[in-house]
Amino acid sequence: MDEALTTTLTVNGTQVTRAIPARQHLVDFLREELGLTGSHLGCEHGVCGACTVRVNGEIVRGCLMLAVQANGCRVETIEGLSDSKELAKLQAAFHRHNALQCGFCTPGMLMAAQDLLNSKQRASRDEIRAHISGNYCRCTGYQAIVDAIEEVIKTEAMNG
Amino acid sequence: MKAPSFAYAKPRTLAEAFDLLERPGARILAGGQSLIPSLNLRLSAPELLVDITGLAELRGIALEQDVVRIGALTTHADIERSAQIRKHLPLLADAVVHVAHPAIRNRGTFGGSVSLADPAAEYPACLVALDATIVLRSRANERMVRAEHFFKGLFEVDLREGELVAGAEIPAFLKGERSVFLELARRQGDYAIVGLAGVTSASRKRIAFFGLGAKPVLLQPKSLEEAKASIPAPSADLYNTAATKLHLAKVLLDRAWTKL
Repeated sequence: MDEALTTTLTVNGTQVTRAIPARQHLVDFLREELGLTGSHLGCEHGVCGACTVRVNGEIVRGCLMLAVQANGCRVETIEGLSDSKELAKLQAAFHRHNALQCGFCTPGMLMAAQDLLNSKQRASRDEIRAHISGNYCRCTGYQAIVDAIEEVIKTEAMNG
Repeated sequence: MKAPSFAYAKPRTLAEAFDLLERPGARILAGGQSLIPSLNLRLSAPELLVDITGLAELRGIALEQDVVRIGALTTHADIERSAQIRKHLPLLADAVVHVAHPAIRNRGTFGGSVSLADPAAEYPACLVALDATIVLRSRANERMVRAEHFFKGLFEVDLREGELVAGAEIPAFLKGERSVFLELARRQGDYAIVGLAGVTSASRKRIAFFGLGAKPVLLQPKSLEEAKASIPAPSADLYNTAATKLHLAKVLLDRAWTKL
């Protein structure tokens, strides 16, 4: 019998309280309990990055954190950052550069890319690649993804 | 896959943590970046996870009398952002960017990496090269063990029943000391094929390899030739033969030597 623990967390600005089995990881909770299916599950052992979400402002692997560990935390997903328009420039650049095909990695890729934009104003292509090194894409070969992120960084730099 | 069932508790004090850890099948959960994958793959089946991340006393970086103390719950990201680490332990600052990827560095902890002792991990070799001391806490005691002796074998450390890794004490760099950190991996952030952490002072060189054997391999050579000749026979892994690893270790020595 799974032990369920009462857990309160804020997801995309809304506070939720649920009894959560200890063994359930954060992304299963987001997808199955809250219906937020934008965060994807690929490998489920921390290699692919498709499950990247933000916890207290920092990106984490959603499959490597138990949902009960998010008690008291502020969780943001691709849905929240899309609605708030935080990702709008990156999303438009991904579209323009054809930086996705099947789209499975895209939510995690956008979360990682936005994290770079928030922490560093001017990043080189090597720094972009290093920052998204934990996110697998099996379609694009990464070139177009790096192009899209670089374009947003350069545009932001020009606009000051 | 999904993790098996277990109970979960988050103690607020170290005393409470030691109580919980006495229960059958109890295991410490810190950053979880190695433990949770092993749960998801059902490679381990604890009955109780004791989440120690609420114990603030185990987190932080402090400099006291030329010794840098790093608490076990300090995350890789904390180390990466620390100006004190950059200034006083540049070896660790150079190493930390090779520890997995940003999203993992945000949660993974220093103490977790030290107690797991993965043969391809960066910190164990750095701590051996830096001649660090591992600080262990039990309910009634504190025990100090030199890094060289703490890492005993494949995922094997000198940690006794009822003890946990509280952190490490590392001598801060003195004027004139230099270090070099090199790692060969197929992709940024992957586990190393071979890596090298080297420290040099006026009187000696300490070079520790990781990815070569079951635990960090320490050399204290006087010359490059002596260093190359004294690399013990490596063990092969799934992707690389022993001969490849030995060759790559020598390549790293060549590259490191000009900087040490």
